[in-house]
Amino acid sequence: MSGYQDVIVAGFGGQGVMLIGTLLAYAAMEDGLNVTYMPVYGPEMRGGTANCTVVVSKDDIGSPIIHLPKSLIAMNRPSLDKFQPRVQDGGVVVVNSSLVDMALADTARVQAVGVPANEIADSLGNTKMANMVAIGAYAQLTGVVPLDVLKASLKKVISPNYAKMIPANEQAIQAGADAVRA
Amino acid sequence: MKNGKAAFTLPGVLADIPTHYCPGCQHGVAQRLVAECLDELALSEKAICIGSIGCSVFIYNYLKVDSVEAPHGRAPAVATGVKRARPEAAVFTYQGDGDLASIGMAETMHCANRGERVTIVFVNNTVYGMTGGQMAPTTMVGQRTTTCPGGRCADNEGEPIKMTEIIASLGGTAYAARVAVDSVKHVRAAKKAVRRAFEAPLNNLGLGFVEILATCPTNWKMTPVQANKRISEELIPYFPLGTYKNLMGEQAAEGTEVEG
Amino acid sequence: MSTPGERVLIKGNEAICRGAVDAGCQCFFGYPITPQNDIPEYMSKVMPNLGRVFVQAESEVAAANMLLGAAACGIRAMTSSSSPGISLKQEAISYMGGTELPAVIVNISRGGPGLGDIGPSQGDYYQAVKGGGHGDYRQFVLAPGTVQEAYDLIGKAFDLAFAYRNPVMLLGDAIIGQMMEPVTLGSNKETESNSPDLGWNLTGKGQRDPRLLKSLHLTDGALAGHNLRLRDKYASMEKDVLFENFLVDDAELIVVAFGSIGRIAKSTIRKMRASGKKVGLHRPITLFPFPSRELDKLAAAGKRFLTIEHNLGQMVDDVRLAVRKHADSDFYGQMPGNLPTPEDFEQPILAALGVNS
Ligand SMILES: Cc1ncc(C[n+]2csc(CCOP(=O)(O)OP(=O)(O)O)c2C)c(N)n1
Ligand code: SF4
Ligand SMILES: [Mg+2]
Repeated sequence: MSGYQDVIVAGFGGQGVMLIGTLLAYAAMEDGLNVTYMPVYGPEMRGGTANCTVVVSKDDIGSPIIHLPKSLIAMNRPSLDKFQPRVQDGGVVVVNSSLVDMALADTARVQAVGVPANEIADSLGNTKMANMVAIGAYAQLTGVVPLDVLKASLKKVISPNYAKMIPANEQAIQAGADAVRA
Repeated sequence: MKNGKAAFTLPGVLADIPTHYCPGCQHGVAQRLVAECLDELALSEKAICIGSIGCSVFIYNYLKVDSVEAPHGRAPAVATGVKRARPEAAVFTYQGDGDLASIGMAETMHCANRGERVTIVFVNNTVYGMTGGQMAPTTMVGQRTTTCPGGRCADNEGEPIKMTEIIASLGGTAYAARVAVDSVKHVRAAKKAVRRAFEAPLNNLGLGFVEILATCPTNWKMTPVQANKRISEELIPYFPLGTYKNLMGEQAAEGTEVEG
Repeated sequence: MSTPGERVLIKGNEAICRGAVDAGCQCFFGYPITPQNDIPEYMSKVMPNLGRVFVQAESEVAAANMLLGAAACGIRAMTSSSSPGISLKQEAISYMGGTELPAVIVNISRGGPGLGDIGPSQGDYYQAVKGGGHGDYRQFVLAPGTVQEAYDLIGKAFDLAFAYRNPVMLLGDAIIGQMMEPVTLGSNKETESNSPDLGWNLTGKGQRDPRLLKSLHLTDGALAGHNLRLRDKYASMEKDVLFENFLVDDAELIVVAFGSIGRIAKSTIRKMRASGKKVGLHRPITLFPFPSRELDKLAAAGKRFLTIEHNLGQMVDDVRLAVRKHADSDFYGQMPGNLPTPEDFEQPILAALGVNS
């Protein structure tokens, strides 16, 4: 990694976008990097969409709010519509191609990568892990944090009561990474 | 019953737009009852709505009447000002339990005690809905909220406040009732009570107060069906429904079907 | 209580709670309001388990007066709210200022005026630093720019409150409150100022003479004497001024910005430095006392100034007063309701540098 990366993670409420944002932030911290995580909050959340911004850097971080992000994880169509135009030229856009038509990706301008996150998660036994597939793909594409650190950070975001879900989520992260490995 | 139809057509005063309320939230029903009464009493042209701060803060988007937004808890004071300045107006507040029974307790009691000729519509859902489900003065003992994570404890936080009983005990109150909207029968009775709460001040008798027990499925962490059941199984036994004060007698009942 | 050195990823709101708990806060009085709800929610969970006090007050008015009561007992106590609720606390803050009570007030401010919105804003600067209630008093105002600072400064807030017997406000905003960052815990410590008899606090008289805490001074000249003493106390606070200078030495233009805007401006400045623009940052951390002396020094060294705030222009008054002997300050105001981003500050900085783009 070149020392700095920022990403907007966006999707429907319930797709677990805040969870993978937090996971990425924990992993960055565990990896010895500086990191900020900025969620949307309050009644805004009830509108049914959710997003968060994660900034990772070797230096101390100025703005936790990014208008023109270097990358985007779009878990649904409204998220791609809203944030893709703001992604910097050549930026990485992970698109959940299970729910979004890849024809909508602006491949001329950004590096858009379709990941059928829901289908991959389904094949692993739980659609709810689509978010993990997406973050696995994102980490693989950008190298922002090593996959093993990401997996090791799962215990920070999954409550001890659900600890038995961790291996499956590790698998989903790996499957996401495998899906985009060149 | 000449109003029977109103349940199936949109009251004219109600804007034809989708609401922002969560699925199964009974603010929608309460607000609709208010709209129906405004239509039936032909009040839309002279009504002034005092909005409060809570999930119903956007009521001015739905009711096509003049409106002013009051600071949190202060709606009865703002209503007093509006009514004194414009005695001909039909002035009403629409307030949640945090707004009315916590931060606005003093304003509410003094407004009633002075017998302001205004209507207070009080929607009691036993939590602070808008801010994310914190404890309200009406939260049931044992009920878990984000600021009483172990459940409300009477020793520390007191018992849930019964507002209708308090308001009924004040000299300036002309009408006070508690209703629910969890069944067709209860909705009918609720409609009648809301109407009376408007009629009492219009008849110059004093304050009209109606408490509507309502669901907040989101913060109760229940499905709409479970939440509706909680109203009859948990809330009504503690917050008994009924008319606690009515100075109108038969006169006001004219034109209104009396039941329950 | 935190383990010293423990590193965690937490929201600013949680950092404030953990910092307060570590600093020995015994009583918390709150009331729900976005975007500070995490604070009462966290305290409701943690304080009772530690045998400490959590009360959800019936209103912010009540919460602030509960704080007054606990502070009169010389107990480390705190309240928190966001802008509309802080307005309601002003009466009690004025009384605590007049009565010289050590109390900590947190404002995770939001957009105004009135109900405004629940997004970030710096619209409460005047209210915080000029004494938002009635009468001529001042309070310490600490403005964290990072989540770590939120943790550290809340500890400092208790120390300052007791050192000066004065209200201290921690002024954050929705960005500081809601964002998560890694924080190293455990540096905040209780001090002996939480001991039961401080020589002025209410303990029940026992065998000593009774004590009286009040702000009413009716006899001839009494209030004047009291206020002169307060004036000297406020002046003495200057020794606790805090600020951050970033790349100021060779800078032609210094951006003055506090809290979250300060850190966001840092991103802009880094980017502009990369294209050779000589810009630096001065970030006041204490807003009262204001780092006027430092700004005067920078002005005397020939720097020019651009104040950036998330409001219509409030701190810029203090910057202008500070630099007035040698310079003036331009101003750029980001409006609350719009989230500030580093890009927003590029044009204003170029304009202040006199660069046409
Ligand atoms: C002075 C002040 N304090 C706090 C708030 C935050 N606030 C907004 S709505 C609300 C309470 C809402 O609860 P309730 O009145 O029960 O209405 P509901 O949303 O449940 O219908 C609070 C505390 C505010 N807007 N102003
Ligand atoms: S949070 Fe509760 S009160 Fe508010 S709209 Fe949703 S269900 Fe209704
Ligand atoms: Mg409520």
